Amino acid sequence: MQPTEVRQIVLDIIADIALDDDVTKIDDSIALRDQLDLDSMDFLDIVMELKKQHKVEVPQEDYPKLATMESCVTYLTPKFQALQ
Amino acid sequence: MREFDAIVIGAGMSGLAAAIRLGMYEKKVCLLEKHTITGGLNSYYSRGKRRLDVGLHALTNYMEKGERGKPLAKLLKQLRLPYDSLELSPQKQSRILFPEKELVFTNDIEFLTEEIAKNFPTQVDGFLKLLTKVREFDEVNLDNEFLPAKDVVRHFIQDEMLLEMIFCPLLIYGSALEDDMDFSQFVIMFKSLYLEGFGRPEGGVRRILNLLEGKLKELGVEIEFKKSVTEILTQNNIVTGVKLESGEVIHAPLVFSSMGLPETLNKVFPAIHHQTPIGRMSFTETLYFFSQKPADMGLNDTIIFANQAPQYAYRRPDSLFQKESAVICLPNNFTHDDQSEGVIRLTHIANYDAWKALEKTEYKAQKENLHNYDFDYLNQLIQRLAPAKNAVQKTDLAFKDLFTPTTVERYTWHLGGCVYGSPEKTRRGLTPIKNLIIIGTDQGFLGIVGAMLSGISMANLYGLQGETV
Ligand SMILES: Cc1cc2nc3c(=O)[nH]c(=O)nc-3n(C[C@H](O)[C@H](O)[C@H](O)COP(=O)(O)OP(=O)(O)OC[C@H]3O[C@@H](n4cnc5c(N)ncnc54)[C@H](O)[C@@H]3O)c2cc1C
Repeated sequence: MQPTEVRQIVLDIIADIALDDDVTKIDDSIALRDQLDLDSMDFLDIVMELKKQHKVEVPQEDYPKLATMESCVTYLTPKFQALQ
Repeated sequence: MREFDAIVIGAGMSGLAAAIRLGMYEKKVCLLEKHTITGGLNSYYSRGKRRLDVGLHALTNYMEKGERGKPLAKLLKQLRLPYDSLELSPQKQSRILFPEKELVFTNDIEFLTEEIAKNFPTQVDGFLKLLTKVREFDEVNLDNEFLPAKDVVRHFIQDEMLLEMIFCPLLIYGSALEDDMDFSQFVIMFKSLYLEGFGRPEGGVRRILNLLEGKLKELGVEIEFKKSVTEILTQNNIVTGVKLESGEVIHAPLVFSSMGLPETLNKVFPAIHHQTPIGRMSFTETLYFFSQKPADMGLNDTIIFANQAPQYAYRRPDSLFQKESAVICLPNNFTHDDQSEGVIRLTHIANYDAWKALEKTEYKAQKENLHNYDFDYLNQLIQRLAPAKNAVQKTDLAFKDLFTPTTVERYTWHLGGCVYGSPEKTRRGLTPIKNLIIIGTDQGFLGIVGAMLSGISMANLYGLQGETV
Protein backbone atom coordinates (compact mmCIF):
# COMPACT_ATOMS: atom_id res chain seq x y z
CA MET A 1 0.00 0.00 0.00
CA GLN A 2 1.19 3.48 -0.96
CA PRO A 3 1.44 6.49 1.36
CA THR A 4 -1.25 8.28 -0.67
CA GLU A 5 -3.67 5.43 -0.04
CA VAL A 6 -2.85 5.47 3.67
CA ARG A 7 -3.47 9.21 3.70
CA GLN A 8 -6.88 8.65 2.12
CA ILE A 9 -7.78 6.02 4.72
CA VAL A 10 -6.86 8.34 7.59
CA LEU A 11 -8.69 11.20 5.94
CA ASP A 12 -11.85 9.12 5.55
CA ILE A 13 -11.73 8.16 9.20
CA ILE A 14 -11.26 11.75 10.32
CA ALA A 15 -14.03 12.96 8.01
CA ASP A 16 -16.32 10.42 9.60
CA ILE A 17 -15.56 11.64 13.11
CA ALA A 18 -15.25 15.39 12.57
CA LEU A 19 -18.48 15.42 10.57
CA ASP A 20 -18.83 19.18 10.59
CA ASP A 21 -15.23 20.02 9.73
CA ASP A 22 -13.89 20.59 6.25
CA VAL A 23 -11.16 17.96 5.89
CA THR A 24 -10.26 18.87 2.32
CA LYS A 25 -8.14 21.76 3.54
CA ILE A 26 -5.93 19.85 5.96
CA ASP A 27 -2.31 21.00 6.01
CA ASP A 28 -0.33 17.78 6.40
CA SER A 29 2.45 19.36 8.42
CA ILE A 30 0.32 21.12 11.03
CA ALA A 31 -1.08 19.34 14.10
CA LEU A 32 -4.54 17.95 13.33
CA ARG A 33 -5.75 19.22 16.69
CA ASP A 34 -4.98 22.79 15.65
CA GLN A 35 -6.93 22.58 12.41
CA LEU A 36 -9.92 20.48 13.36
CA ASP A 37 -12.16 20.09 16.37
CA LEU A 38 -10.44 16.91 17.58
CA ASP A 39 -9.80 16.09 21.23
CA SER A 40 -8.29 13.09 22.98
CA MET A 41 -11.59 11.20 22.80
CA ASP A 42 -11.55 11.64 19.03
CA PHE A 43 -7.96 10.43 18.70
CA LEU A 44 -8.98 7.30 20.56
CA ASP A 45 -11.73 6.89 18.00
CA ILE A 46 -9.22 7.21 15.16
CA VAL A 47 -7.19 4.43 16.78
CA MET A 48 -10.28 2.28 17.27
CA GLU A 49 -11.44 2.85 13.69
CA LEU A 50 -8.02 1.82 12.36
CA LYS A 51 -8.33 -1.40 14.28
CA LYS A 52 -11.96 -2.02 13.39
CA GLN A 53 -11.72 -1.20 9.68
CA HIS A 54 -8.17 -2.26 8.88
CA LYS A 55 -6.89 -4.42 11.75
CA VAL A 56 -4.07 -1.94 12.29
CA GLU A 57 -3.15 -1.60 15.96
CA VAL A 58 -1.66 1.52 17.49
CA PRO A 59 -0.28 1.01 21.01
CA GLN A 60 -0.89 3.82 23.48
CA GLU A 61 2.75 4.94 23.59
CA ASP A 62 2.56 5.65 19.85
CA TYR A 63 -0.46 7.98 20.00
CA PRO A 64 1.78 11.08 19.65
CA LYS A 65 2.75 9.76 16.19
CA LEU A 66 -0.76 10.56 15.01
CA ALA A 67 -0.32 14.28 15.66
CA THR A 68 -0.11 15.49 12.05
CA MET A 69 -1.31 13.94 8.82
CA GLU A 70 2.31 13.66 7.73
CA SER A 71 3.32 11.78 10.88
CA CYS A 72 0.22 9.56 10.58
CA VAL A 73 1.22 8.52 7.08
CA THR A 74 4.88 7.97 8.00
CA TYR A 75 3.94 5.91 11.02
CA LEU A 76 1.06 3.94 9.53
CA THR A 77 2.33 3.11 6.03
CA PRO A 78 4.73 0.35 7.21
CA LYS A 79 1.96 -1.02 9.40
CA PHE A 80 -0.42 -1.24 6.46
CA GLN A 81 2.31 -2.75 4.27
CA ALA A 82 3.07 -5.37 6.91
CA LEU A 83 -0.54 -6.54 6.67
CA GLN A 84 -0.32 -7.44 2.99
CA MET B 1 -29.42 -18.50 27.53
CA ARG B 2 -28.34 -15.33 25.78
CA GLU B 3 -24.83 -13.98 26.27
CA PHE B 4 -23.51 -10.52 25.48
CA ASP B 5 -20.35 -8.46 25.91
CA ALA B 6 -22.35 -5.86 27.79
CA ILE B 7 -25.86 -5.17 29.05
CA VAL B 8 -27.25 -1.64 29.22
CA ILE B 9 -30.24 -1.14 31.51
CA GLY B 10 -32.54 1.68 30.40
CA ALA B 11 -33.10 3.37 27.04
CA GLY B 12 -33.09 6.93 28.37
CA MET B 13 -30.51 9.44 27.17
CA SER B 14 -27.55 7.82 28.93
CA GLY B 15 -28.44 4.23 28.04
CA LEU B 16 -29.05 5.01 24.37
CA ALA B 17 -25.74 6.86 24.11
CA ALA B 18 -23.81 4.11 25.90
CA ALA B 19 -25.33 1.41 23.68
CA ILE B 20 -24.41 3.37 20.55
CA ARG B 21 -20.78 3.68 21.63
CA LEU B 22 -20.52 0.00 22.48
CA GLY B 23 -22.26 -1.01 19.26
CA MET B 24 -19.95 1.19 17.18
CA TYR B 25 -16.97 -0.87 18.21
CA GLU B 26 -18.51 -4.25 17.69
CA LYS B 27 -19.41 -5.08 21.22
CA LYS B 28 -22.36 -7.40 21.41
CA VAL B 29 -24.71 -5.23 23.45
CA CYS B 30 -28.11 -5.91 24.95
CA LEU B 31 -30.22 -2.79 25.61
CA LEU B 32 -33.12 -3.40 27.98
CA GLU B 33 -35.98 -0.95 28.59
CA LYS B 34 -38.92 -1.51 30.90
CA HIS B 35 -41.16 1.06 29.16
CA THR B 36 -42.68 0.74 25.67
CA ILE B 37 -40.76 3.73 24.31
CA THR B 38 -37.37 5.40 24.74
CA GLY B 39 -36.49 8.60 26.58
CA GLY B 40 -36.92 7.82 30.28
CA LEU B 41 -37.15 11.13 32.13
CA ASN B 42 -37.11 12.92 28.81
CA SER B 43 -39.69 11.00 26.88
CA TYR B 44 -42.88 11.97 25.08
CA TYR B 45 -46.53 11.05 24.88
CA SER B 46 -49.66 11.80 22.90
CA ARG B 47 -53.05 13.10 23.91
CA GLY B 48 -55.44 13.05 21.00
CA LYS B 49 -53.55 14.53 18.09
CA ARG B 50 -51.26 16.56 20.33
CA ARG B 51 -47.70 15.45 20.87
CA LEU B 52 -46.30 16.32 24.25
CA ASP B 53 -42.77 16.17 25.61
CA VAL B 54 -42.40 14.96 29.19
CA GLY B 55 -39.32 16.89 29.96
CA LEU B 56 -37.91 19.09 27.30
CA HIS B 57 -37.87 22.72 28.37
CA ALA B 58 -34.69 23.38 26.50
CA LEU B 59 -31.56 21.68 25.39
CA THR B 60 -28.74 23.21 27.41
CA ASN B 61 -25.17 23.69 26.12
CA TYR B 62 -26.25 25.62 23.03
CA MET B 63 -23.59 26.12 20.38
CA GLU B 64 -23.43 27.47 16.87
CA LYS B 65 -22.28 25.20 14.10
CA GLY B 66 -18.51 24.92 13.98
CA GLU B 67 -17.82 26.09 17.54
CA ARG B 68 -14.97 24.05 18.93
CA GLY B 69 -14.43 22.15 22.14
CA LYS B 70 -18.02 22.50 23.34
CA PRO B 71 -19.69 19.62 25.23
CA LEU B 72 -22.44 19.39 22.62
CA ALA B 73 -19.86 19.17 19.85
CA LYS B 74 -18.06 16.36 21.70
CA LEU B 75 -21.32 14.49 22.09
CA LEU B 76 -22.29 14.84 18.45
CA LYS B 77 -18.87 13.66 17.25
CA GLN B 78 -18.83 10.69 19.57
CA LEU B 79 -22.24 9.62 18.27
CA ARG B 80 -21.39 10.58 14.66
CA LEU B 81 -24.32 12.95 14.39
CA PRO B 82 -23.98 16.06 12.24
CA TYR B 83 -24.80 19.35 13.97
CA ASP B 84 -27.50 20.12 11.43
CA SER B 85 -29.40 16.96 12.28
CA LEU B 86 -30.54 18.59 15.54
CA GLU B 87 -32.06 21.59 13.74
CA LEU B 88 -31.31 23.58 16.83
CA SER B 89 -32.83 26.97 17.34
CA PRO B 90 -31.47 29.28 20.06
CA GLN B 91 -33.54 30.88 22.81
CA LYS B 92 -34.58 34.50 22.60
CA GLN B 93 -34.00 35.46 26.22
CA SER B 94 -34.76 34.10 29.66
CA ARG B 95 -35.58 35.88 32.87
CA ILE B 96 -34.88 35.42 36.55
CA LEU B 97 -37.77 37.14 38.29
CA PHE B 98 -37.55 37.90 42.01
CA PRO B 99 -39.84 40.16 44.06
CA GLU B 100 -37.93 43.38 43.51
CA LYS B 101 -35.30 42.52 40.98
CA GLU B 102 -35.04 40.79 37.68
CA LEU B 103 -32.20 39.68 35.46
CA VAL B 104 -32.46 38.78 31.81
CA PHE B 105 -29.97 36.42 30.21
CA THR B 106 -29.36 35.23 26.67
CA ASN B 107 -26.91 32.79 25.10
CA ASP B 108 -24.32 35.57 25.26
CA ILE B 109 -22.84 36.02 28.75
CA GLU B 110 -22.10 39.69 28.04
CA PHE B 111 -25.82 40.34 28.27
CA LEU B 112 -26.12 38.91 31.78
CA THR B 113 -22.96 40.73 32.86
CA GLU B 114 -24.51 44.02 31.77
CA GLU B 115 -27.75 43.18 33.53
CA ILE B 116 -25.80 42.59 36.74
CA ALA B 117 -23.87 45.83 36.27
CA LYS B 118 -27.19 47.65 35.89
CA ASN B 119 -29.06 45.99 38.77
CA PHE B 120 -26.23 45.22 41.20
CA PRO B 121 -23.50 47.76 40.33
CA THR B 122 -21.34 46.91 43.35
CA GLN B 123 -21.29 43.22 42.43
CA VAL B 124 -20.18 43.20 38.84
CA ASP B 125 -16.44 43.04 39.55
CA GLY B 126 -17.01 40.01 41.73
CA PHE B 127 -19.16 38.46 39.03
CA LEU B 128 -16.41 38.91 36.46
CA LYS B 129 -13.95 37.21 38.82
CA LEU B 130 -16.46 34.41 39.31
CA LEU B 131 -16.60 34.02 35.52
CA THR B 132 -12.84 33.58 35.40
CA LYS B 133 -12.96 31.03 38.20
CA VAL B 134 -15.73 29.11 36.42
CA ARG B 135 -13.97 29.17 33.06
CA GLU B 136 -10.73 27.85 34.54
CA PHE B 137 -12.29 25.12 36.67
CA ASP B 138 -12.03 21.49 35.51
CA GLU B 139 -15.58 20.51 36.42
CA VAL B 140 -15.61 17.14 34.70
CA ASN B 141 -12.59 15.74 36.49
CA LEU B 142 -13.85 12.46 37.94
CA ASP B 143 -11.72 12.92 41.05
CA ASN B 144 -13.13 16.28 42.18
CA GLU B 145 -14.07 16.37 45.86
CA PHE B 146 -17.43 17.65 47.06
CA LEU B 147 -17.39 21.39 47.75
CA PRO B 148 -20.51 23.36 48.77
CA ALA B 149 -20.99 25.83 45.93
CA LYS B 150 -22.61 28.70 47.84
CA ASP B 151 -19.55 28.99 50.10
CA VAL B 152 -17.30 29.30 47.07
CA VAL B 153 -19.54 31.76 45.26
CA ARG B 154 -19.89 33.99 48.39
CA HIS B 155 -16.20 34.84 47.96
CA PHE B 156 -17.18 36.59 44.76
CA ILE B 157 -20.77 37.70 45.31
CA GLN B 158 -21.63 39.46 48.58
CA ASP B 159 -25.21 40.42 47.76
CA GLU B 160 -27.35 37.50 48.92
CA MET B 161 -30.22 38.40 46.60
CA LEU B 162 -27.95 38.27 43.57
CA LEU B 163 -26.45 35.02 44.82
CA GLU B 164 -29.93 33.51 45.11
CA MET B 165 -30.83 34.76 41.66
CA ILE B 166 -27.72 33.28 40.06
CA PHE B 167 -28.30 29.95 41.79
CA CYS B 168 -32.03 29.69 41.06
CA PRO B 169 -31.91 28.36 37.46
CA LEU B 170 -28.83 26.25 38.20
CA LEU B 171 -30.44 24.51 41.15
CA ILE B 172 -33.77 23.77 39.57
CA TYR B 173 -32.21 22.55 36.32
CA GLY B 174 -29.83 20.17 37.96
CA SER B 175 -29.31 19.80 41.68
CA ALA B 176 -30.03 16.60 43.55
CA LEU B 177 -29.15 18.40 46.77
CA GLU B 178 -31.51 20.77 48.53
CA ASP B 179 -30.58 24.46 48.90
CA ASP B 180 -27.06 24.09 47.59
CA MET B 181 -25.05 22.12 45.09
CA ASP B 182 -21.63 20.66 44.62
CA PHE B 183 -19.25 23.25 43.17
CA SER B 184 -18.35 20.99 40.22
CA GLN B 185 -22.04 20.64 39.45
CA PHE B 186 -22.42 24.42 39.84
CA VAL B 187 -19.73 24.95 37.21
CA ILE B 188 -21.26 22.37 34.86
CA MET B 189 -24.64 24.05 35.16
CA PHE B 190 -23.20 27.58 34.96
CA LYS B 191 -21.43 26.75 31.72
CA SER B 192 -24.38 24.90 30.23
CA LEU B 193 -26.95 27.59 31.07
CA TYR B 194 -25.16 30.92 31.20
CA LEU B 195 -22.04 30.50 29.06
CA GLU B 196 -23.57 28.25 26.41
CA GLY B 197 -27.31 28.63 26.85
CA PHE B 198 -30.61 27.21 25.65
CA GLY B 199 -31.72 25.80 22.33
CA ARG B 200 -34.58 23.73 21.05
CA PRO B 201 -34.30 20.94 18.53
CA GLU B 202 -37.03 21.23 15.91
CA GLY B 203 -39.87 18.95 16.98
CA GLY B 204 -38.67 18.67 20.56
CA VAL B 205 -37.27 15.60 22.24
CA ARG B 206 -38.55 13.23 19.56
CA ARG B 207 -35.92 14.60 17.20
CA ILE B 208 -33.13 13.61 19.57
CA LEU B 209 -34.62 10.21 20.31
CA ASN B 210 -35.21 9.50 16.62
CA LEU B 211 -31.57 10.29 15.88
CA LEU B 212 -30.36 7.97 18.63
CA GLU B 213 -32.73 5.18 17.65
CA GLY B 214 -31.67 5.59 14.03
CA LYS B 215 -28.02 5.14 15.00
CA LEU B 216 -28.78 1.98 16.96
CA LYS B 217 -30.67 0.57 13.99
CA GLU B 218 -27.71 1.32 11.71
CA LEU B 219 -25.47 -0.54 14.13
CA GLY B 220 -27.84 -3.47 14.42
CA VAL B 221 -28.47 -2.97 18.13
CA GLU B 222 -32.04 -3.79 19.05
CA ILE B 223 -33.83 -1.90 21.82
CA GLU B 224 -35.68 -4.55 23.79
CA PHE B 225 -38.84 -2.90 25.13
CA LYS B 226 -41.01 -4.15 27.98
CA LYS B 227 -37.98 -5.90 29.44
CA SER B 228 -37.89 -5.15 33.12
CA VAL B 229 -34.74 -6.04 35.02
CA THR B 230 -35.70 -7.47 38.39
CA GLU B 231 -32.33 -8.78 39.54
CA ILE B 232 -28.73 -7.92 38.82
CA LEU B 233 -26.89 -11.20 39.19
CA THR B 234 -23.53 -11.42 40.87
CA GLN B 235 -21.01 -13.98 41.98
CA ASN B 236 -18.43 -13.08 44.64
CA ASN B 237 -19.36 -9.42 44.16
CA ILE B 238 -18.71 -9.56 40.43
CA VAL B 239 -21.57 -8.94 38.03
CA THR B 240 -22.59 -11.86 35.81
CA GLY B 241 -25.81 -10.68 34.17
CA VAL B 242 -29.43 -9.82 34.84
CA LYS B 243 -32.72 -11.52 35.40
CA LEU B 244 -35.89 -10.15 33.82
CA GLU B 245 -39.43 -10.07 35.12
CA SER B 246 -40.25 -12.79 32.58
CA GLY B 247 -37.74 -15.04 34.31
CA GLU B 248 -35.24 -14.85 31.46
CA VAL B 249 -31.60 -14.71 32.50
CA ILE B 250 -29.15 -12.81 30.30
CA HIS B 251 -25.41 -13.06 30.86
CA ALA B 252 -22.70 -10.46 30.36
CA PRO B 253 -19.44 -9.67 32.14
CA LEU B 254 -20.26 -5.94 32.15
CA VAL B 255 -23.52 -4.19 33.09
CA PHE B 256 -24.25 -0.47 32.72
CA SER B 257 -27.28 0.74 34.67
CA SER B 258 -29.13 4.02 34.20
CA MET B 259 -31.90 3.19 36.67
CA GLY B 260 -30.32 5.30 39.42
CA LEU B 261 -27.87 4.31 42.15
CA PRO B 262 -30.27 3.18 44.92
CA GLU B 263 -32.60 1.63 42.32
CA THR B 264 -29.68 -0.37 40.93
CA LEU B 265 -28.24 -1.47 44.27
CA ASN B 266 -31.70 -2.61 45.42
CA LYS B 267 -31.74 -5.10 42.57
CA VAL B 268 -28.38 -6.70 43.24
CA PHE B 269 -28.70 -10.41 43.94
CA PRO B 270 -27.61 -11.78 46.37
CA ALA B 271 -28.72 -8.58 48.13
CA ILE B 272 -26.08 -6.20 49.43
CA HIS B 273 -26.36 -3.79 52.30
CA HIS B 274 -26.30 -0.15 51.27
CA GLN B 275 -27.57 3.16 52.56
CA THR B 276 -27.71 5.19 49.40
CA PRO B 277 -30.21 7.99 49.97
CA ILE B 278 -33.12 8.53 47.59
CA GLY B 279 -33.29 12.02 46.11
CA ARG B 280 -35.93 14.39 47.46
CA MET B 281 -36.37 16.67 44.49
CA SER B 282 -39.37 16.12 42.29
CA PHE B 283 -41.71 18.37 40.39
CA THR B 284 -45.21 18.99 39.14
CA GLU B 285 -45.68 20.16 35.62
CA THR B 286 -48.71 21.88 34.09
CA LEU B 287 -48.92 22.04 30.30
CA TYR B 288 -51.26 24.53 28.69
CA PHE B 289 -52.17 24.72 25.01
CA PHE B 290 -53.71 27.96 23.80
CA SER B 291 -54.91 29.06 20.40
CA GLN B 292 -52.99 32.32 20.92
CA LYS B 293 -49.21 32.42 21.26
CA PRO B 294 -47.41 33.57 24.45
CA ALA B 295 -46.19 36.63 22.53
CA ASP B 296 -49.84 37.64 22.05
CA MET B 297 -50.15 37.57 25.84
CA GLY B 298 -47.12 39.79 26.19
CA LEU B 299 -44.76 36.97 27.17
CA ASN B 300 -41.62 37.12 25.05
CA ASP B 301 -39.16 35.21 27.21
CA THR B 302 -38.14 31.63 26.51
CA ILE B 303 -37.90 30.52 30.12
CA ILE B 304 -38.87 32.45 33.24
CA PHE B 305 -37.47 31.46 36.63
CA ALA B 306 -39.98 33.09 38.94
CA ASN B 307 -39.75 33.38 42.68
CA GLN B 308 -42.08 35.44 44.84
CA ALA B 309 -40.05 35.23 48.06
CA PRO B 310 -36.80 37.08 48.81
CA GLN B 311 -35.02 33.77 49.28
CA TYR B 312 -35.17 30.91 46.83
CA ALA B 313 -36.27 27.77 48.66
CA TYR B 314 -34.89 24.96 46.55
CA ARG B 315 -36.05 22.15 48.77
CA ARG B 316 -38.91 19.74 49.14
CA PRO B 317 -41.92 21.69 50.43
CA ASP B 318 -44.18 20.45 53.24
CA SER B 319 -47.18 21.05 51.02
CA LEU B 320 -47.95 19.27 47.74
CA PHE B 321 -46.04 21.84 45.72
CA GLN B 322 -44.08 24.97 46.44
CA LYS B 323 -46.26 27.96 45.69
CA GLU B 324 -43.73 30.78 45.67
CA SER B 325 -41.51 29.63 42.86
CA ALA B 326 -42.08 28.22 39.40
CA VAL B 327 -40.31 27.74 36.13
CA ILE B 328 -42.38 28.87 33.19
CA CYS B 329 -41.24 27.52 29.87
CA LEU B 330 -42.51 28.99 26.61
CA PRO B 331 -41.34 26.68 23.83
CA ASN B 332 -42.77 28.96 21.14
CA ASN B 333 -40.22 31.59 22.13
CA PHE B 334 -37.18 30.07 20.56
CA THR B 335 -35.89 31.87 17.49
CA HIS B 336 -37.81 29.44 15.34
CA ASP B 337 -41.34 28.63 16.52
CA ASP B 338 -42.10 25.04 15.52
CA GLN B 339 -45.55 24.76 17.08
CA SER B 340 -48.96 25.72 15.77
CA GLU B 341 -50.48 26.37 19.20
CA GLY B 342 -49.25 28.47 22.07
CA VAL B 343 -47.65 26.21 24.67
CA ILE B 344 -46.95 27.17 28.28
CA ARG B 345 -45.41 24.83 30.81
CA LEU B 346 -45.29 25.60 34.53
CA THR B 347 -43.10 23.60 36.88
CA HIS B 348 -43.11 23.64 40.68
CA ILE B 349 -40.91 21.88 43.19
CA ALA B 350 -43.12 19.19 44.70
CA ASN B 351 -43.38 16.73 47.56
CA TYR B 352 -43.57 13.12 46.38
CA ASP B 353 -44.76 11.71 49.71
CA ALA B 354 -47.62 14.21 49.89
CA TRP B 355 -48.85 13.31 46.39
CA LYS B 356 -48.34 9.61 47.01
CA ALA B 357 -50.51 9.75 50.16
CA LEU B 358 -53.57 11.01 48.28
CA GLU B 359 -56.25 8.59 47.32
CA LYS B 360 -57.66 8.67 43.83
CA THR B 361 -60.46 11.24 44.11
CA GLU B 362 -58.37 13.49 46.32
CA TYR B 363 -55.45 13.22 43.88
CA LYS B 364 -57.72 14.35 41.05
CA ALA B 365 -59.05 17.24 43.11
CA GLN B 366 -55.53 18.35 44.00
CA LYS B 367 -54.51 18.30 40.36
CA GLU B 368 -57.46 20.56 39.65
CA ASN B 369 -56.27 22.86 42.47
CA LEU B 370 -52.83 22.95 40.94
CA HIS B 371 -54.32 23.88 37.59
CA ASN B 372 -56.32 26.71 39.17
CA TYR B 373 -53.26 27.91 41.03
CA ASP B 374 -51.11 27.82 37.91
CA PHE B 375 -53.66 29.62 35.82
CA ASP B 376 -53.65 32.47 38.34
CA TYR B 377 -49.86 32.32 38.51
CA LEU B 378 -49.76 32.76 34.76
CA ASN B 379 -52.06 35.78 34.89
CA GLN B 380 -49.99 37.35 37.67
CA LEU B 381 -46.98 36.90 35.48
CA ILE B 382 -48.69 38.55 32.54
CA GLN B 383 -49.74 41.40 34.80
CA ARG B 384 -46.18 41.94 35.98
CA LEU B 385 -44.42 41.58 32.65
CA ALA B 386 -47.06 43.02 30.32
CA PRO B 387 -49.46 45.16 32.38
CA ALA B 388 -51.12 46.51 29.25
CA LYS B 389 -52.26 43.04 28.17
CA ASN B 390 -55.50 41.39 29.17
CA ALA B 391 -55.60 38.38 31.45
CA VAL B 392 -56.05 35.02 29.73
CA GLN B 393 -59.27 33.15 30.35
CA LYS B 394 -59.78 29.48 31.05
CA THR B 395 -62.04 29.44 28.01
CA ASP B 396 -58.98 30.30 25.90
CA LEU B 397 -57.46 26.94 26.81
CA ALA B 398 -57.53 24.42 23.98
CA PHE B 399 -56.07 21.67 26.10
CA LYS B 400 -54.26 21.06 29.37
CA ASP B 401 -52.40 18.25 31.03
CA LEU B 402 -50.70 17.97 34.41
CA PHE B 403 -48.26 15.55 35.91
CA THR B 404 -46.95 15.05 39.43
CA PRO B 405 -44.09 13.24 41.20
CA THR B 406 -46.12 10.03 41.21
CA THR B 407 -46.49 10.25 37.42
CA VAL B 408 -42.71 10.54 37.12
CA GLU B 409 -42.32 7.45 39.28
CA ARG B 410 -44.95 5.50 37.35
CA TYR B 411 -43.24 5.96 33.99
CA THR B 412 -39.56 6.02 34.92
CA TRP B 413 -39.39 3.88 38.07
CA HIS B 414 -37.23 6.42 39.84
CA LEU B 415 -37.82 5.97 43.56
CA GLY B 416 -39.63 8.93 45.07
CA GLY B 417 -40.35 10.24 41.58
CA CYS B 418 -37.01 11.95 41.91
CA VAL B 419 -35.73 13.69 38.83
CA TYR B 420 -32.12 14.52 39.65
CA GLY B 421 -31.29 11.24 41.32
CA SER B 422 -29.67 10.50 44.63
CA PRO B 423 -27.71 13.24 46.40
CA GLU B 424 -24.92 10.68 46.48
CA LYS B 425 -23.21 10.42 43.09
CA THR B 426 -20.64 7.90 41.96
CA ARG B 427 -18.44 10.00 39.74
CA ARG B 428 -16.35 7.11 38.48
CA GLY B 429 -19.50 5.09 37.89
CA LEU B 430 -18.37 2.44 40.34
CA THR B 431 -20.53 0.37 42.69
CA PRO B 432 -19.66 -2.20 45.37
CA ILE B 433 -20.11 -4.78 42.60
CA LYS B 434 -17.25 -5.20 40.17
CA ASN B 435 -18.19 -4.41 36.55
CA LEU B 436 -21.57 -3.00 37.51
CA ILE B 437 -21.33 0.58 36.28
CA ILE B 438 -23.70 3.49 36.94
CA ILE B 439 -24.42 5.77 33.99
CA GLY B 440 -26.54 8.92 33.67
CA THR B 441 -28.00 10.94 36.49
CA ASP B 442 -26.35 9.16 39.41
CA GLN B 443 -22.93 9.15 37.84
CA GLY B 444 -23.34 12.87 38.38
CA PHE B 445 -24.04 14.10 34.87
CA LEU B 446 -27.64 14.97 34.19
CA GLY B 447 -29.88 16.85 31.85
CA ILE B 448 -30.19 15.64 28.27
CA VAL B 449 -26.65 16.57 27.26
CA GLY B 450 -25.10 15.53 30.58
CA ALA B 451 -26.78 12.12 30.63
CA MET B 452 -25.67 11.36 27.07
CA LEU B 453 -22.10 12.43 27.82
CA SER B 454 -22.18 10.19 30.88
CA GLY B 455 -23.29 7.18 28.83
CA ILE B 456 -20.58 7.90 26.27
CA SER B 457 -17.74 8.40 28.73
CA MET B 458 -18.58 5.38 30.89
CA ALA B 459 -18.97 3.14 27.81
CA ASN B 460 -15.61 4.41 26.54
CA LEU B 461 -13.84 3.93 29.85
CA TYR B 462 -15.14 0.54 30.91
CA GLY B 463 -16.47 -0.95 27.69
CA LEU B 464 -13.96 0.12 25.06
CA GLN B 465 -10.76 1.09 26.82
CA GLY B 466 -11.23 -1.84 29.14
CA GLU B 467 -10.43 0.07 32.32
CA THR B 468 -10.53 -2.63 34.96
CA VAL B 469 -12.49 -2.00 38.08
C1 LIG C 1 -40.23 17.36 33.85
C2 LIG C 1 -38.79 17.30 33.46
C3 LIG C 1 -38.21 18.34 32.73
C4 LIG C 1 -36.89 18.26 32.34
N1 LIG C 1 -36.40 19.26 31.55
C5 LIG C 1 -35.15 19.16 31.05
C6 LIG C 1 -34.67 20.11 30.13
O1 LIG C 1 -35.38 21.03 29.74
N2 LIG C 1 -33.40 20.00 29.66
C7 LIG C 1 -32.60 18.98 30.05
O2 LIG C 1 -31.46 18.90 29.58
N3 LIG C 1 -33.02 18.04 30.93
C8 LIG C 1 -34.28 18.11 31.44
N4 LIG C 1 -34.73 17.18 32.33
C9 LIG C 1 -33.76 16.21 32.89
C10 LIG C 1 -33.42 15.08 31.94
O3 LIG C 1 -34.61 14.59 31.40
C11 LIG C 1 -32.71 13.95 32.68
O4 LIG C 1 -31.64 14.47 33.44
C12 LIG C 1 -32.15 12.88 31.74
O5 LIG C 1 -33.12 12.53 30.79
C13 LIG C 1 -31.71 11.66 32.56
O6 LIG C 1 -31.37 10.59 31.72
P1 LIG C 1 -30.83 9.21 32.32
O7 LIG C 1 -30.43 8.38 31.18
O8 LIG C 1 -29.82 9.49 33.36
O9 LIG C 1 -32.03 8.55 33.13
P2 LIG C 1 -33.51 8.07 32.67
O10 LIG C 1 -34.04 8.94 31.62
O11 LIG C 1 -34.29 7.97 33.91
O12 LIG C 1 -33.28 6.63 32.07
C14 LIG C 1 -33.45 5.47 32.81
C15 LIG C 1 -34.20 4.45 31.98
O13 LIG C 1 -34.18 3.18 32.65
C16 LIG C 1 -35.44 2.57 32.50
N5 LIG C 1 -35.63 1.62 33.60
C17 LIG C 1 -35.85 1.89 34.90
N6 LIG C 1 -35.95 0.76 35.61
C18 LIG C 1 -35.76 -0.27 34.74
C19 LIG C 1 -35.73 -1.69 34.87
N7 LIG C 1 -35.91 -2.29 36.04
N8 LIG C 1 -35.48 -2.45 33.76
C20 LIG C 1 -35.29 -1.85 32.55
N9 LIG C 1 -35.32 -0.53 32.38
C21 LIG C 1 -35.55 0.27 33.46
C22 LIG C 1 -36.42 3.73 32.54
O14 LIG C 1 -37.65 3.38 31.96
C23 LIG C 1 -35.66 4.79 31.75
O15 LIG C 1 -35.95 4.73 30.38
C24 LIG C 1 -36.08 17.18 32.72
C25 LIG C 1 -36.64 16.14 33.45
C26 LIG C 1 -37.99 16.17 33.79
C27 LIG C 1 -38.59 15.01 34.53
